[in-house]
Amino acid sequence: MSVMERRLIRETSFGLTSKLWQVSWLYVVLLCALASVGYVALYSAGGGAEPYASRHILRFAFGLTLMLSIALVDIRFIARFSWAAYVVGVALLVMVMVMGHTGKGAQRWIELGGMQWQPSEFMKLALVLALASWFHKASWERIGNPLFLIPPVIAVLVPVGLILKEPNLGTAVITAVVGFAVFLGAGIRWWKVALVVAAIGGVAPVAYSHLHDYQRARITTFLNPESDPLGAGYNIIQSKIALGSGGMWGKGFMQGTQNHLNFLPEKQTDFVFTIIAEEWGLVGTLAVLGLLGLIVLGGMAMALRCRHQYGRLVALGVTMNFFMYVFVNVAMVMGAIPVGGVPLPLVSHGGSAMIMVMVSFGVLMSAYVHRDVEFGEGRDEF
Amino acid sequence: MRREGKRTGVFTRRALLAGGVQLTAFGVLAAKLYQVQVVEGAKYATLADSNRVSARLIAPPRGRLLDRTGTPVANNNQNWRALLIAEQTEDVGGTLDAFSQIVPLADHERARIERELRRHRRFIPVTVREFLTWEDMARIEVNAPDLPGILVDLGTTRLYPNGATLAHVIGYVAPPTEADMGEDPMLALPGIRIGRAGVEKWYDLKLRGRAGAVQLEVNAVGRVIRELERQEGTQGQDITLTIDADLQQQVLGHLGDESASAVVLDARNGEVLAMATNPSFDPGVFNSGVSQAQWIEWTANRRAPLINKAAAGLYAPGSTFKMVVALSGLEAKTITPWDKINCPGYLDLGDTRFHCWSKGGHGMLDLHGGLKNSCDVFFYETARRTGMDRIAAMANRFGLGVKLDIELPGARKGFVPTREWRIAQGKPWNIGDTIVHGIGQGYLQLTPMSLATMVARIATGRAIQPHLTRSIGGVLQPGARPEDWPSMGLPERELHAVRDGMWAVVNDEHGTAPLARLPLPGVQMAGKTGSTQVRRVSREAREHGYKSDNLPWEFRPHALFVAFAPYDAPKYALAVVVEHGNAGAAMAAPIARDIMVDVLTRDPAGDRPTTPQRVAETTRS
Repeated sequence: MSVMERRLIRETSFGLTSKLWQVSWLYVVLLCALASVGYVALYSAGGGAEPYASRHILRFAFGLTLMLSIALVDIRFIARFSWAAYVVGVALLVMVMVMGHTGKGAQRWIELGGMQWQPSEFMKLALVLALASWFHKASWERIGNPLFLIPPVIAVLVPVGLILKEPNLGTAVITAVVGFAVFLGAGIRWWKVALVVAAIGGVAPVAYSHLHDYQRARITTFLNPESDPLGAGYNIIQSKIALGSGGMWGKGFMQGTQNHLNFLPEKQTDFVFTIIAEEWGLVGTLAVLGLLGLIVLGGMAMALRCRHQYGRLVALGVTMNFFMYVFVNVAMVMGAIPVGGVPLPLVSHGGSAMIMVMVSFGVLMSAYVHRDVEFGEGRDEF
Repeated sequence: MRREGKRTGVFTRRALLAGGVQLTAFGVLAAKLYQVQVVEGAKYATLADSNRVSARLIAPPRGRLLDRTGTPVANNNQNWRALLIAEQTEDVGGTLDAFSQIVPLADHERARIERELRRHRRFIPVTVREFLTWEDMARIEVNAPDLPGILVDLGTTRLYPNGATLAHVIGYVAPPTEADMGEDPMLALPGIRIGRAGVEKWYDLKLRGRAGAVQLEVNAVGRVIRELERQEGTQGQDITLTIDADLQQQVLGHLGDESASAVVLDARNGEVLAMATNPSFDPGVFNSGVSQAQWIEWTANRRAPLINKAAAGLYAPGSTFKMVVALSGLEAKTITPWDKINCPGYLDLGDTRFHCWSKGGHGMLDLHGGLKNSCDVFFYETARRTGMDRIAAMANRFGLGVKLDIELPGARKGFVPTREWRIAQGKPWNIGDTIVHGIGQGYLQLTPMSLATMVARIATGRAIQPHLTRSIGGVLQPGARPEDWPSMGLPERELHAVRDGMWAVVNDEHGTAPLARLPLPGVQMAGKTGSTQVRRVSREAREHGYKSDNLPWEFRPHALFVAFAPYDAPKYALAVVVEHGNAGAAMAAPIARDIMVDVLTRDPAGDRPTTPQRVAETTRS
């Protein structure tokens, strides 16, 4: 406590040079390493630098610049736009629902600046910022007040509901879990957590049993929106074959037969992990998993270093979002969970997701750079 | 500050908890990866291989059979067929039921399909029905959704343009049986046929060729990405036969309705120009399976349509054997061309009297007269002087009772007895046995093919072998030139004496076969009749005016005639056997004459290409 006390910075701002000094360059190196893994995998997927790998690395370079720029922006400045971002996010979600581009049977995308953007990606960051902003001002006692929790709960349910309606179950679950993580970090009481879990666990089966057959079928489709004409589970079977046939050491760079013979669906996007698995074996997958783990733990460590609640919660939310991406994606390609539409961050091909992940890391880094700033909690209205 | 501290403490604990949960989750993922990639790795590696590699056999088209003029006599025809791949349907029985609704399947077809399905692996297509009509195909295509696993494709089938005419020579093809499997993976392909008889069987491997194998890398939708490995197959080779299909047709026509066979050879090189057997059968029937009724009809028919009588029919040669007896006597110096033997109408040997066919006898005869009159006593006496062993040896030299090089799996070598053979049976060989064999009776059993060979060897003095192959895959086979064949090693003087007697049989005004005289100017045929009893004629019957015409068909003697022409420059040799035709002179000789007229008119051996294709290196033994 005393060490932190000593390093407390009272000034409202400090110089750019010292800010750059505060950036966790180790973390930047980890992110670059992950993007390089993506380059290698996409090089193989495309049979060369074109069409995926070179664009991937260009986008990463852009994302990295964006991240570092955001990192230098004062976290207190960012915090002011928390709710504005949230409103924009919800508005965008409503927009795709009304007029969004229909891709793969689900309305998820909007065209902007030559890229297809998923508002849900932005929404997750905006939700984290909004929740962090809400809880930043809340005292321990106030968090114990159920009435105080109603607005943030609604703030979570609205985007989750909209994403569900797209439909994109994977992202909806991730959004809900991320929001839940922020709630936990903010300090809501365990018995409330238990209550919510029990309520969900109790209602869901009853609700499901009261559904009509066609409604259940709809849920099944919902669970696996990318079902292939060749038959349910085709993707998963082929993906598991790719994973399994990689064995311990893999088939070698560019030697993956599943990959190069197009047995892998969406190999450059959601199933990019199978390329790594097939060509680099268990050794490769564990190495990548280790790298991902370091990034997650690094995020958590930065959250713990923050001296203000806003930064802590933002860092927690962003890290949890990244973790959920990784977990859902890897579990999905192994066939452990039946959802689709979740890329592997910084590895999968796909512009908007990567930019949004880098923007999120930018905010996380900004919280870290400004971890010791004086961040008043403003009026305590409740 | 206390409240702030409380909030920070809670966050720290919960962040550490979250980090722990995240680490655990990664650990679970790592364990699951180990499970999939290492523990189950081999299984998935196999799946990956079967995903991408698809091996296909490519059956080359069966080689064609051509006659000597290059006209196809066994060809390949398009054959639309319905196949069933068991792997592609969940309910094989259901699919077959549905198929039967569209194209009715007989019970035996259904049984065959189910048998083949059991025999093959599930991904190998099994033929459901061949020779689909356009209407059937259309109905199958329209109903395709109800017929999972059924596919229609184009195969080939064997077509015999000459039908029954060449059935015994060409043979036929049929689907391979279980016993044929295993030697060649190609036989598992649907619609494949293997030679079952005749030349189709003899040259089956050459005609069949070898299937090429292609290992293909396929993508997820089964499209071929590239070839991994290709083993080139060998094309089935076209084989040109020595047969003249048109002549064959004419020869068969001359046999009429008789149960008969005829062989026409190029006497100079042994090429079989025609080999006709009557009655015959349609070889195409075997292609799609022979019905029970058809099979019963064939096997019950006493005229045995399935048997190649020319190469596998066994007959006592009768008087046609007399040339061999004469030549053995000449070589053993037991007779000379001018020595005379008296024929009183019989030969007495101890208690036994051997009759001549002429009751009154022929008087004093030399070899020329003996052959011309076909005097039995002359040859009784010659045989008695020469002995069976020398007669048998001479018979073997003329291709009788020995295996000939004819390319027919069903050909039989016939039988010429020796004393040794009889003694080995524990029975004595009496001099009377030798005497009977002097006129071609007794234990002798010979094929028309071997008799034609005998005549050709007498006519040319060369040890030709009858053969059916002119060229294989465009390569002319050895044996087409007379020089390819060794000399018989017999003095021309002796051969000439026998040929002279055969000339007299046909052309002398007192010859036994005046009906065989050729109606052509400047060309003469030499020949010899033969009539062989199938049942021993008792003395009583003989004395009461034996008349074979009155016997039931199956007890009448066989009628034989062997001949060569032109007499002064032998080119063609033939043998005709009419089963139960009574008398060679009356029944077989006119047929032989008509055949020879056609042969000489067509002159199939005269149009031999002057610039032959490559000649195979090996020489015929």
